[in-house]
Amino acid sequence: MNASDLAPSYDLVVIGGGPAGLAAAALAARAGLSTVLFDENPGVGGQIYRAITSSPVKDRAILGEDYWAGAELAAEATASGALIVNGATVWSLDPARLVGVSIAGQARLIQAGRVIIATGSLERPFPIPGWTLPGVMSAGGAQTALKAQGLVPSGRTVLAGGGPLLWLLAAQILRAGGKLDVILDTTPRRNWLRALAHLPDFMLSPYFSKGLKLLREVKAQVRVIRTDRIEAVGDDKLREVVFDVGDEERRMPADLLLLHQGVVPNVNLAMAAGVTHAWNARQLCFEPVLDEWFTSSVPGIAVAGDGAGIAGGTAAVERGRIAAIAAVRALRPEASVPDAQVIRQKLQREEIGRPFLDWLNRPADALRQPEGETIVCRCEEVTAKQVRDTADLGCEGPNQMKSFLRCGMGPCQGRLCGLTVTELIAAQRGMTPADVGYYRLRPPVKPITLAELASLPIAEAERKAVER
Amino acid sequence: MRTADVVIIGGGIHGCSTALHLALRGLKPILVEKDYAGRHASGVNAGGVRQLARDLAEIPLSIASMDLWERIEELVGDDCGFESHGTVLVAENDEELAGFKARVDDLRLKGFTHEELIDRAELKRLVPAVADHCPGGVVSRRDGAADPFITTQAFRRRAIEKGAEVLEGVAVTGLSKVGANWRVETSAGPIEAPQVVNAAGAWADRIAAMLGEPVPLTVVAPMLMVTSRVEPFIQPVVILRGRKLSFKQRDNGTVVIGGGHLATVDRDRNETVLDWNKLAISARTVWELFPVMRAATIVRAWAGIEAYMPDGIPVVGPSSTSEGVFHQFGFSTHGFQLGPGTGAMMAELVATGSTNTPIDGLKIERFLKA
Repeated sequence: MNASDLAPSYDLVVIGGGPAGLAAAALAARAGLSTVLFDENPGVGGQIYRAITSSPVKDRAILGEDYWAGAELAAEATASGALIVNGATVWSLDPARLVGVSIAGQARLIQAGRVIIATGSLERPFPIPGWTLPGVMSAGGAQTALKAQGLVPSGRTVLAGGGPLLWLLAAQILRAGGKLDVILDTTPRRNWLRALAHLPDFMLSPYFSKGLKLLREVKAQVRVIRTDRIEAVGDDKLREVVFDVGDEERRMPADLLLLHQGVVPNVNLAMAAGVTHAWNARQLCFEPVLDEWFTSSVPGIAVAGDGAGIAGGTAAVERGRIAAIAAVRALRPEASVPDAQVIRQKLQREEIGRPFLDWLNRPADALRQPEGETIVCRCEEVTAKQVRDTADLGCEGPNQMKSFLRCGMGPCQGRLCGLTVTELIAAQRGMTPADVGYYRLRPPVKPITLAELASLPIAEAERKAVER
Repeated sequence: MRTADVVIIGGGIHGCSTALHLALRGLKPILVEKDYAGRHASGVNAGGVRQLARDLAEIPLSIASMDLWERIEELVGDDCGFESHGTVLVAENDEELAGFKARVDDLRLKGFTHEELIDRAELKRLVPAVADHCPGGVVSRRDGAADPFITTQAFRRRAIEKGAEVLEGVAVTGLSKVGANWRVETSAGPIEAPQVVNAAGAWADRIAAMLGEPVPLTVVAPMLMVTSRVEPFIQPVVILRGRKLSFKQRDNGTVVIGGGHLATVDRDRNETVLDWNKLAISARTVWELFPVMRAATIVRAWAGIEAYMPDGIPVVGPSSTSEGVFHQFGFSTHGFQLGPGTGAMMAELVATGSTNTPIDGLKIERFLKA
């Protein structure tokens, strides 16, 4: 598939091939919309079903039946008639639904009748001292290596943080024959106070029994230590992990430290398209403001899946379907679609345990709002102290901070520092993150080369102007 | 009721510079900015500090400004990222070069020597990476580049230190004469002052209209893009004439590519939408002119909102209808370099009633039909 094989326009462009994107594309294509799904990975699946069509991990017990459920979704999407393009990077989306996409170094602008953004979530930044050292990586990165290449950590490995995915990854690593020396659980104990009220709902959720089983499985094999403070220490690479147990500091030699404290919506594309976002005080992140059809403030652009607010992979499927039904109703009202009410009921069941999980796994303030020389922006090597000092000098927002310190201006475009910078400014100036706001994001939301941009076809009018 | 000696409307580099220079003269200005200082064109422009290729009518202001740029740290207490490696206007063929020569000769006759014609060898010496087909160009050796947001903020900060008041997030909603004073209605209440400076950039026509001076201002948003760091390979700012391009590498290695292709803009929502077809034209121009850039990665593109006048030069000078009001807007995508000098000149004009810097060609009367 080359960029030049694409049609100039499609009824529906779906961006992202995880559960929400796959489900949306399948439903829309089956209802007769000309549908293209762009996914930047070599195969569909997103993060949760990463490498679902190609994983070398053949023992189904290792990644679990929930993972393999993704194969069915992928097959459905393929059979639906939707055009699924992998290795396709979407770098721009504007309010008129013009989609900038690159495939194998060739760029095109594609007009979409409707757009469903299904770009999922990112791991929340985990800015502790030493987190930029070689030997420290995100747990999500480790999970990618396991799913796509069948790689598990070897050497002395510490897994640290909190959240449901931390325990899932631990189980997957152990089942695949990997070794974890210790798990450092950073979940604050007092989180239970807020979470407890939501326990009855959570007990109705499909995550309840799965979660308990997972915890039991992991805790039977790995020592779990509660801590409020973690540091990665080393000169050129990680040598040891330092953490507190009560009032006592412990040091543990380690080759690999895997960090994870939950996921947050990947907002870059939606924000660059002009979609209005709001601060979610429970999940501590920005998320798009959406109606019951997952349609955003920009006409014709919807956001489905975890990008619409964290709810997990199975909820993402139903959200994708609802967004797709809205697209079909708008463009092909005569087509028959599944009953949205039935889908909403399923979605509700998937989402019912969320308040409990959110409150229980809410990361501690100290692990989201670093101090001193801890790096905040990895691309431009900006420290927490610099951000805090600049806020004290009167800098009121992340965009001004960008101009002063260059934080958020590197190739990751703020993905690894955006929330930290917002929270630091808020903490320092006594404001709420909602009032501080987020980086004003601009396309390209993924870097493209000058050569790729130069490869856009020359518009007819422009060719004439040059030849004149 | 707030009172001041002068109310300045607009917190771009021009408003902030005028505020500073008024405060340095011992007056008390209040600057009113609807967003925050440097939010639009002044904070997000390409940062070129250029005397080269300017309209005759604004050359005196530009030269006065350059003198201030060269001692910017003394003036505002920050180096503003100013670096001076010249601006080079590259000719892409002999015909263009001949045109450039005629312009440089004409400037010399009028007494301006900052533009200097260069041949192929000097061009290659100044810009080794330029493609071989270019036969020469023009250089202005004192020119350079600075960091636009940091510069605007530095003017704002120093103005406050010297006694100016800066109200941000405050919009002007009306303007009327009350006795000897102007009453400026704002979203934070009225302010009265005998004199007013309209430095409202892309919104300045609305202020002028309140005074019965409708001007044909166009709101534009020139697009820029920046690459990730590449090995240092070019020092001067490079501009073209035939095709739209400005090109500079900052000392951190990033390359800013601009040249005036426009985004679509909605000034009421502070919103711009980029036009990638036009940015692709810039990319192709760079591809041809600087082969070394072909693998560079574009990490960000943006556009700042500003005013463009039909003749491409600003409106600077007293209002034609309203005594005590002065205009300082419409810099038509090249106002950044003019900020320091125009602010100094405007403060002189406001404080003393006259200025020695010639600004005759820039008055608002040229747009007002009898």
